[in-house]
Amino acid sequence: MSFFAQFDFSVIAPSLPFLWEGLKFTVKLTLIAMAGGIFLGTLLALARLSSIAPLAMAATWYVNLMRSIPLLMVILWFFLVIPIFTGKPMGAETSAIITFTAFEAAYFSEIMRAGIQSVPRGQVFAGQAIGMSYWQTMSYIVLPQAFRNMLPVLLTQTIILFQDTSLVYAIGAKDLLKAAEIAGKNYNRPIEMYVFVALVYFVICFALSRLAKHLQSRTAIAR
Amino acid sequence: MNYHWNWGIFLEQVKGGEETYLHWLISGLGWTVAVALSAWLIALVLGSLIGTLRTVPNRWLATLATAHVELFRNVPLLVQLLLWFFVVPELLPRDLSLWVKQEMPAKEFLTAVICLGLFTSARVAEQVRAGIESLSRGQKMAGLAIGFTLPQTYRYVLLPMAFRIVIPPLTSEFMNIIKNSSVAFAIGVLELTFQARQMQEDSEQGIETYLAVTLLYFIVAFSANRGMALIERRTRVPGYITSAK
Repeated sequence: MSFFAQFDFSVIAPSLPFLWEGLKFTVKLTLIAMAGGIFLGTLLALARLSSIAPLAMAATWYVNLMRSIPLLMVILWFFLVIPIFTGKPMGAETSAIITFTAFEAAYFSEIMRAGIQSVPRGQVFAGQAIGMSYWQTMSYIVLPQAFRNMLPVLLTQTIILFQDTSLVYAIGAKDLLKAAEIAGKNYNRPIEMYVFVALVYFVICFALSRLAKHLQSRTAIAR
Repeated sequence: MNYHWNWGIFLEQVKGGEETYLHWLISGLGWTVAVALSAWLIALVLGSLIGTLRTVPNRWLATLATAHVELFRNVPLLVQLLLWFFVVPELLPRDLSLWVKQEMPAKEFLTAVICLGLFTSARVAEQVRAGIESLSRGQKMAGLAIGFTLPQTYRYVLLPMAFRIVIPPLTSEFMNIIKNSSVAFAIGVLELTFQARQMQEDSEQGIETYLAVTLLYFIVAFSANRGMALIERRTRVPGYITSAK
């Protein structure tokens, strides 16, 4: 092999369908972890802010624990531990989906907590005053506003999540990066493949970050 | 649940070697700390420079700094690492390229440090910029009004305040760089995550291994947190609200 190998980007086109499969998994993982993470994260945030001490403490511990371990270790943990508990082997893809949902819930919960705390306390009192229950106050008054205020931050976290999904590489799940690596090996052109996926990641993340910025300016005006 | 516990595993010898598993983990810890601290130095110096440049009146410098931030923030860390390791050496002049690929000492370590340093520099830059922009406009005007040049205004008026304000977010970035150093396993740096995977495969005592490694990461990140809290307390500006405990 010559050391000043010319770049040959013609190998990209034939491997596009294969890379597309990888990208589809990356996007699927991102969307499931985002939806599941926001849902569980909101519950965690409510638990942290609740007046039931053991519940608040358990939620705080979970969030702090998840946030102090490298994601890569969490991925390895789940991949190792889930089969031990369930007694049957689990595919890397399923394991990745469970891991990311559980992990992102901790980060989304911090965002939702900030969002809930950004709603003036008087609104909660107002809800109670007109006879609403806790869940009614939360779901009709507090959470919609919290969600709206935090929309740009939730999107920013989703961009980070989208980038972090590349770490499933460690357990061999076939995401965009893994697909690029395999295609690179098949065509003996790893360099071009890495450059190409970097470009794909960049374009998607850059576009989404513009959108987050746009949302931020819009919600800022509305308030 | 069917698992065979063996807490004595750490003192057992590794397969086909003299040392114990504990040796592996301690040397992994050493590499993790080395990668994180070296990268943090780059991130702090470069990030401060870039963050400052983003706020200067010169359009070209500001655009260049923005491009740096966008480039390093919008590509996953792992992909950046693979680019630095596999692609960048190909782009160098032929002799240099050969040297990097065949002779460069501690190639994996240096690649990880440069990559992680630049990746984090973009994040540090954003924090520093936010710190400078949080200062009231009057401070800059006051500096210029008493005859400071623009660099002097930054050096004596803006930056000393901005840096103190951004210590809490920089603490998070410092802890992030420790966690992110785990990605270096992908190019074969023998750091903690690499050793964890190796020990898990070798000893088949995964849970004990991961518990120990998780605890080690926790201790390192917590120490970093306390260290930064100390700096925060020492550099506190009287009259400002701070959260250092």
